[in-house]
Amino acid sequence: MKENPLSFHLNLKPEDFLPATEEEKQSQVIMRESVSFWKDGMRRLLKNKVAMVSAAVILIVMIFSFIVPAFYPYTYDYQIKGANNLKPMEYSAEEMARIEAGEDVFPHLLGTDKMGRDYAIRVMMGSRISLLVGLIATCIILVIGSTYGSIAAFCGGWVDIIMMRIVDIIYTVPDILLIVLLSFALKAPLQALAQLPGFGWIQTVGENLISIFVVFALLYWVGMARMVRSQVLMLKESEYVTAARALGVSSGKIIKNHLLTNCIGTLIVTTTLQIPSSIFTESFLSFLGMGVAVPLPSLGSLASDAINGMNTNPHLLFIPAIVISLIILSFNLLGDGLRDAFDPKLKN
Amino acid sequence: MLKYIVKRILLAIVTIWAVATITFFLMNLVPGGPFLSEKAISPQATAALEAKYGLDKPLMQRYTTYMWDALHGDFGDSLKQRGRTVMDIIGRQFPVSARLGGVSVLVALIVGVPLGCVAALKRGKFTDSFISVVATCGIAVPSFVICTVLMYFFGVKLRWFPTMGLTTWKHFIMPVMALSFYPTAYIMRLMRSSMLDVLGQDYMRTAKAKGLSGFVSLFKHALRNAILPVITYVGPMLAYTVTGSFVVEKIFTIPGLGGEFIRAINGRDYTLIMGTTIFLATLIIVMNVVVDILYKIVDPRIKLK
Repeated sequence: MKENPLSFHLNLKPEDFLPATEEEKQSQVIMRESVSFWKDGMRRLLKNKVAMVSAAVILIVMIFSFIVPAFYPYTYDYQIKGANNLKPMEYSAEEMARIEAGEDVFPHLLGTDKMGRDYAIRVMMGSRISLLVGLIATCIILVIGSTYGSIAAFCGGWVDIIMMRIVDIIYTVPDILLIVLLSFALKAPLQALAQLPGFGWIQTVGENLISIFVVFALLYWVGMARMVRSQVLMLKESEYVTAARALGVSSGKIIKNHLLTNCIGTLIVTTTLQIPSSIFTESFLSFLGMGVAVPLPSLGSLASDAINGMNTNPHLLFIPAIVISLIILSFNLLGDGLRDAFDPKLKN
Repeated sequence: MLKYIVKRILLAIVTIWAVATITFFLMNLVPGGPFLSEKAISPQATAALEAKYGLDKPLMQRYTTYMWDALHGDFGDSLKQRGRTVMDIIGRQFPVSARLGGVSVLVALIVGVPLGCVAALKRGKFTDSFISVVATCGIAVPSFVICTVLMYFFGVKLRWFPTMGLTTWKHFIMPVMALSFYPTAYIMRLMRSSMLDVLGQDYMRTAKAKGLSGFVSLFKHALRNAILPVITYVGPMLAYTVTGSFVVEKIFTIPGLGGEFIRAINGRDYTLIMGTTIFLATLIIVMNVVVDILYKIVDPRIKLK
C-alpha cells in the first residue's frame, strides 16, 4: 500500500507492543526521592568549598585545643627551670644535657614564654578558653534571646510593645562602657561567693570570665531576640499553630514545639555568626586585662602579655594573634555558608 | 514624621536615664572608695573629704542629688584630680579622641566606598574576589592584632612612625590605620552588596535605555541609592570611634577619653565615671537617633511607623 506523506497513520510494528524493559521503565520514572529542607541545605553546604574548608579549620583547631593537650608532655602552668624565653625548637641547657645523656626530650615547638612555660601548650589552652567562652556565651545568648523574642512575638499586643521597647533601650546602650564597669563591679561579690563551700570553681575560672558571661547574658541577646521575634511573628499565623491552639495546646508548648523548631534554620545561622563575635569580645577584654584569671591563658591575654617583649620575641605575639584571627575568620565564613545554604530567601 | 521623631527622642532620653542609673548603682557596688588608695591620710581626713563631696549620705539621696545637678548641667568636680570639674576633663580629653576618630572614619569612607563600588562593577572578576577576600579577612582581625602588627613592623622594625603620643601628623598614621581597618572592611562589604542590588534595579536599565552615559548613570542614579546603608552604618560607628577606642589608646599611649574612663574606674573617681559615661552614652544614642531620622528623610521609600 502506498503511503500518503500527509497521513497521520502510525506505522506500527509487532515489536512495538512488547513489554518494556527494566531500563525503559526506569527512564519513565519522574518521581524523585523527596528532598527535605535539611537534605537540601546540607547538599548546598557541602558544595560550598569555602564553608567546608572553614569547617575543617574549626575542627582542626578544636582537636588541637581539646584533645591534643591531654597527650602533650608539658602543661600550661608548669614553669621549666632555666627555659625562659626560648626560641621555637630550642632547648634549655639542662634539657641539652639530658639529650646528651641519650634521653628523649620533647621539643618546644613554639618556644617558651618569659616564665619558662611551653608556649605551644599555652596557645592550645588559650584557644580552648577562647572557644569555650565563645560557645558558652553564645548558648546563653541563644537561650535568652530566643525565649524572649518568641514570647514577645507570640503574646503580641502591649506585652510585645513593652518587651521590644526594653530591647530597643538595651540595643542603644554603649556596650563597652557597661562591660568595663560590670567586670569591675562584679569582681568583689564573686570573690566573696568563691569563699563559700561549693563555689571554689569560681576561683579557677576567674571572676572576670564569669562577669563576661553575665555581660553577654545581659546585653548581647537583643539581636537574637529581634531575629526570633520577626520569624515567630510570621510563623504564628500558620495553620498548624491555629490547629494546635484549637486542640488546646498550652502557649509554652506551642512556642517550644512548633514555633522555635520551625525557625531553627535562622537560629543556627545567627548562632554560628554570634560565636565569632563572642570570641572577639572575650579576646578584646582579655587584652585589656579584664579576661581570664592569671595562670589560665586566653588568646587575648597571651597577645597582651607578649607586647612588652615584642622586640626580642615577636613570635609570642604573632602566634596567638594569627590563631584568633583564623578562628574568627573560619566561623564567619562557615556562618555565611550556612546562611546561603539554609536561608530560603537566598535560594538560587 | 513628627510623631516618629518625638517617639525616638523620648526613647533616647529614657535610654540615657537608664544608662546613668545603672552606672550609678553599679559603680557604687564596686568596693573601695576614691580616697582609700591615698597614702598617709587619717580617717578624720577621709571622713572630712567624704563629707565635702557628700559621699557620707545614703545612696538614694546621693542619687537624687546627682541626677538633679546633672539635669542642670552640673557634673561636679573630679574626686581625684582636685580642683578640676568633670566637664573640664572631658573638654580636654575628648578633642583628642574626636580628632583621631574623625580622621579614621573619613579614611574608612574614602577607601571603603570606592573599593566597594569597584568590586560591584567588576563582579566575578579578579578585582572583585580580591577586594572581597581582603574585606572578609579585615572583619575577622581584632583591633589589638592590627595595632600590634602595625606597631611591630612600622614602629619597631622599620622605625617609620613614632609609637607613642599624638602630636605630629606622623603620630596619627598608625592609630588611624588601626582604627579605620575594621570600618573600611565593613563599608567595602556593605557598599558592594548594596551596589549590586541597585545595579540590578529597573531604573538603572531605564537610565541606560535613555542613553545616559555610564558615568552619569553610575554617579547620579546608582551611587546615591547604594550609599544609603553606608550612612546608617557610619553614624553609630562615628560615635563609637570618636568616643575613643580603649585598645588603640592603650597601645599607642594616646591621652584620650577611653583611657581616662578606665583610669577613673580604677581610681573610683565616681563623678568622673558618671560624667564620662553619660557623655559617651549621650553621644552614641544621639548619633543613632539622628541617623535614623536622617535615613527616613533621605529615603522616602521607608515607611514611617
